[in-house]
Amino acid sequence: MNQDIEARKQELLKEGYEEVYTRTKVLTDAVMHYCPGCGHGTTHRLVAEVIDEMGIQDKVVGVSPVGCSVLAYNYFDVDFQEAAHGRAPALATAIKRLNPDTFVFTYQGDGDLAAIGTAETIHAANRGENITMIFVNNGIYGMTGGQMAPTTLVGMRSATTPYGRRVDLNGYPLRMTELLSTLPGTYYVTRQSVQNPAAVRKAKAAIRKAFENQKLKKGLSFVEILSNCNSGWKMTPVAANKWMEDNMMPNYPIGDIKVDGKIVEGIDANRLVLDHPLTVMQ
Amino acid sequence: MARELQLMKGNEAIARAMIASGTDGYFGYPITPQSEVMETLMAEKPWETTGMTVLQAESEVASINMVYGGAATGKKVATSSSSPGISLMQEGLTYLAGAEIPCLVVNVMRGGPGLGTIQPSQSDYFQSVKGGGHGDYQLYTLAPASVQEMYDFVFDAWDIAFKYRNPVLILSDGAIGQCMEKLYTRDYVPRWTEEERRKNAPWGTWGKPANRPHNIITSLELDSARQEVFNLKLQKKYAEMKEKEVRYEMLNCEDADYIIVAYGSSSRIAMKAMQMAREKGIKVGLFRLITLFPFPTKQLAEVAAHVKGILCVEMSAGQMIEDVKLATQCGVKTEHFGRFGGIIPTPGEVLEALENKIIK
Repeated sequence: MNQDIEARKQELLKEGYEEVYTRTKVLTDAVMHYCPGCGHGTTHRLVAEVIDEMGIQDKVVGVSPVGCSVLAYNYFDVDFQEAAHGRAPALATAIKRLNPDTFVFTYQGDGDLAAIGTAETIHAANRGENITMIFVNNGIYGMTGGQMAPTTLVGMRSATTPYGRRVDLNGYPLRMTELLSTLPGTYYVTRQSVQNPAAVRKAKAAIRKAFENQKLKKGLSFVEILSNCNSGWKMTPVAANKWMEDNMMPNYPIGDIKVDGKIVEGIDANRLVLDHPLTVMQ
Repeated sequence: MARELQLMKGNEAIARAMIASGTDGYFGYPITPQSEVMETLMAEKPWETTGMTVLQAESEVASINMVYGGAATGKKVATSSSSPGISLMQEGLTYLAGAEIPCLVVNVMRGGPGLGTIQPSQSDYFQSVKGGGHGDYQLYTLAPASVQEMYDFVFDAWDIAFKYRNPVLILSDGAIGQCMEKLYTRDYVPRWTEEERRKNAPWGTWGKPANRPHNIITSLELDSARQEVFNLKLQKKYAEMKEKEVRYEMLNCEDADYIIVAYGSSSRIAMKAMQMAREKGIKVGLFRLITLFPFPTKQLAEVAAHVKGILCVEMSAGQMIEDVKLATQCGVKTEHFGRFGGIIPTPGEVLEALENKIIK
């Protein structure tokens, strides 16, 4: 198939077409298994573009989670390890400490990072591990069929909250990103999204910064990417993005929280952690 | 450090052997009775001498996964713990076995179940050689019976781990971990150079050069047909270990009417009981297991064919005895004697058990 694509490309170039957009070489030819419209594909590409543009393909070790992005290792043309559920930051800690010249990144979802892997996440951040963590938050367990995640909104329906998440039963949505920003070990903490071209450009700049920071050796860089899960949310991709903007973003505000080791002006991290201005789904 | 005679604790011997054997990294979590392993490493500061990394993790779950991450880059990475902590590591161990990652795990056993006691025990035999974690896998399991062996087996572990791309377990107990004995140290084995790492672990994830495909470390295979093929490959590896890597020791077995089978601390006690029996004119031999997996099945069966009875001595309710009976096809009278929960049997108790359970 890929040879066919290459042959067709050569034909078009002969006919006078110009190549203006192409597959990033840090992505492999493997066909991604992600649902159409999901944010994982875009986020993968952004990470791959950053690795390509920084010229560090030969120095990168990635760690994939358990969940929708468990097979991320098939899509990135870099050395990769697949962790047990929630343990990616522990693997990354050792990879980086034993191989300080590498660029190490983890790629995890909300269940992996903020539920079963909470301890590994917080302690890797608190030790100031010199790694990049990519956290894709879609408020649901996608791979296992749409169960409640720690980030599921209050009132939001899932396979295990069929009548909506209730605070008295399930507690509050966990804002891991704000939580991590309060730790001295984090150097860069940001929340981005990939639902439109403007958001994609900002997300890419954030990912680039998070990788560049590894050269500084000043602590952990953490990029949350807010994403839809259109199949889990049972919506069309377009409706899911709209729903994400209307419901997820008020609870998970977009933007940098901590830059160069300092909380961004105007952001009161304590307020974000302790006071939940929650939107209740109807 | 060249070969010299020293006096040290078993746990300290583990730590010093790690430094001396060119270990690249250690990740651990404190637990009695093995905390001296990490304490010794932190006091020795090997990062200033050999360049070895040492880190205290937030849990045993994290430390075994740090071993997974670090060892998957083709480096020599180790951890140690005691029974409850080793239980927490079982998930990581099955991933390590499933991804075929060489590494070293040391279990300084204490009494269980649950939080149990902090005194010596050998009740993790099943966990060590019958699985522990999920799936069909085996850990190459060495059972040291002295501080010297605590030290030496660390060196041996690296050879086996990388030869077979398999995790190695040193199954010790609180008695050997805590007791002090003399030992001869060895010459330092330097940590691998970058070239040696790449040669010895071409599968490692250290950053993909332009001239090779990306290396992937995973234990996931969604296609069951391919997973079966992989399982068969693992089984072939374990069969090869059974064929080539069995270790055991026989004392006075040639003329023995009865033998005691034991490993680790129990074998030291059994040795004394054997001497006491010989003084009474009872011809007793000792078959000491050094590898628990692979189990010396053939070798034990050969000895068992010429004796009237076997006493299995283990600080447990009777775990190793199952493999002894399998090895002998229950062809000879076999009984278990053990104390457990942290109680160490005396040689007199062992001799009494031999006389009452086997000889009578």
